[in-house]
Amino acid sequence: MIWLTWRQFRVQALALLIPLAALAVALIWTEPGLAHLYAAKGLNRCAVPGDCGQRTTAFLTAVRSSKYPLGYFLGGAVLYLFPAVIGAFWGAPLISRELEAGTFRLAWNQSVTRTHWTLVKLALTGLTAMAIAGLASALVSWWAAPVDAAGGFPLGHTQLGRFSPQVFAARGLLPIGFAALTFTIGVLAGVLARKIIPAMAVTLVLFAGLTYALPAFVLPHLATPVTQVAPVIPDLTRDQVLPSGQIVVADNSLPGAWIISNQTITPSGQVFILPQSSASTFASACANPAQAKCTAWFAGQHLRRQVSYQPASRFWQLQAEETGILLATSLALAGAATWKIRRYHP
Amino acid sequence: MDAVIQTEGLGKRYGDKWALAECSLRVPTGTMAGLVGPNGAGKTTLLSMITGMLPPTAGRIQVASGAPAAGPGQLAKVGFVAQDAPVYAGMSIADHFKLGAHLNPRWDMDLARDRVAHLGLDQKQKAGKLSGGQRAQLALTMALAKQPSLLILDEPAAALDPLARREFMTDLAEAAAERGLSVLLSSHLIEDLERACDYLIVLANGRVQVAGRVPDLLAAHQPASVQEMVLGYLSSARDNAGAEVAR
Repeated sequence: MIWLTWRQFRVQALALLIPLAALAVALIWTEPGLAHLYAAKGLNRCAVPGDCGQRTTAFLTAVRSSKYPLGYFLGGAVLYLFPAVIGAFWGAPLISRELEAGTFRLAWNQSVTRTHWTLVKLALTGLTAMAIAGLASALVSWWAAPVDAAGGFPLGHTQLGRFSPQVFAARGLLPIGFAALTFTIGVLAGVLARKIIPAMAVTLVLFAGLTYALPAFVLPHLATPVTQVAPVIPDLTRDQVLPSGQIVVADNSLPGAWIISNQTITPSGQVFILPQSSASTFASACANPAQAKCTAWFAGQHLRRQVSYQPASRFWQLQAEETGILLATSLALAGAATWKIRRYHP
Repeated sequence: MDAVIQTEGLGKRYGDKWALAECSLRVPTGTMAGLVGPNGAGKTTLLSMITGMLPPTAGRIQVASGAPAAGPGQLAKVGFVAQDAPVYAGMSIADHFKLGAHLNPRWDMDLARDRVAHLGLDQKQKAGKLSGGQRAQLALTMALAKQPSLLILDEPAAALDPLARREFMTDLAEAAAERGLSVLLSSHLIEDLERACDYLIVLANGRVQVAGRVPDLLAAHQPASVQEMVLGYLSSARDNAGAEVAR
């Protein structure tokens, strides 16, 4: 069965492995440069937090004006799309191809039970997908480690770190869990649809839905976020003002954390909104935001910054928990596919 | 006399329609049995239940002294050539043989190679490039090299032209005789079966009309030929069905 599974699977396997190997070579080739840049800006020797901040800014500015953003985003994109490719091109056809072409009649009349046939195909292909996902994730994480250590890639007023919801699924263990999940979704869709193309379509739609739904609805419930409230004096020359008039005060005190919300609140606990009227005391004080009287006006408001976040130390805990959920779901889907094949009749 | 296939009250229902009902058979070991009947008579349903591809709705079934497809040992005892002889289009003949060797405990590689050599086929050829007759031969070779004690074929000659069909049937009869195999094959063409088979099962409207050794059947009814006898059964089955509908 192992020979047959490999014989039927090798073309799809190579079609995926060759471009991935090319990416791996590119990452391995460019990694020393990025690591060198990190060291050259003195970041692996900084101890004083204020000093680190300056060096970090210098490092990230240098990264931004180099070829490295391509590697950073390409690596992330590949890890994001890998599960989709696995589900649609490895999972969906695995069994539906046999059902559609009628070759299951040949396969199931050799001296191997259907259950054995299904389990070997599932295990061999699925574990290969998971192993590749794990290797790719380790490689991309290793390559991006300097950027991640500097708090993430700078993007507007925020940084995309490994704990950011946009990057989280492309780091650590999660690519393995996602690969297993889309693979088993593909297999089960194929068993139920009995046709390749509909199974592929269903798999891709479910993948898109899960990519959106998991960070939005599952991840926030895995651990209660920590809330931090501290007095703050906004600085309009630096802080971000949202179109609604809310102020997002930049916060560098939580490196590597996943910031869920960052609000500036009034002493009564309401979200602070900048006065819109040009007749307000704010407007006259902050005509030039750089002046001391603007700072004094803000100081008189007694504002506080309320940050809700997952501390950086929880990265691996949340990775493990979400991956565990994905793997348990995958196992259930694989079980369902095996059970459907046992009871399958043409 | 041992029975290689034994069924009692076997039936398969789809929705509220019985595709096969009250089927009780005893096919003796060592015979070449033919299953004949019009399209839709329930031939494929019966063969699917014998190979274990389909679970029965009612009744009991024993094949080569075991339950159909009950495990690897039982699967090894039964060779099956499905309708349209499915093969892996992207795999070569040699790959199919390798598959057979990996998945069957008693696989006879020499037999497989000799047969395709005898047929003048190149083992490197992809199965998807074979003609219908060659594909049927590959499927038959796969089933024979597995060294089963019972060989089942579902309309193996249906897609073949008359000459290829005759050659296939002759070849099958020779292979079966040589290896002392029990064979059950279905066809909607009586000519395919009357020359090769020594046992006949006539199926119509999901019911067995008659089953028995060909000489016994001929002696009992004294028709001029097997063909005439089978046609007699089929037309009376149709008349009965018509009468039932009329009621």
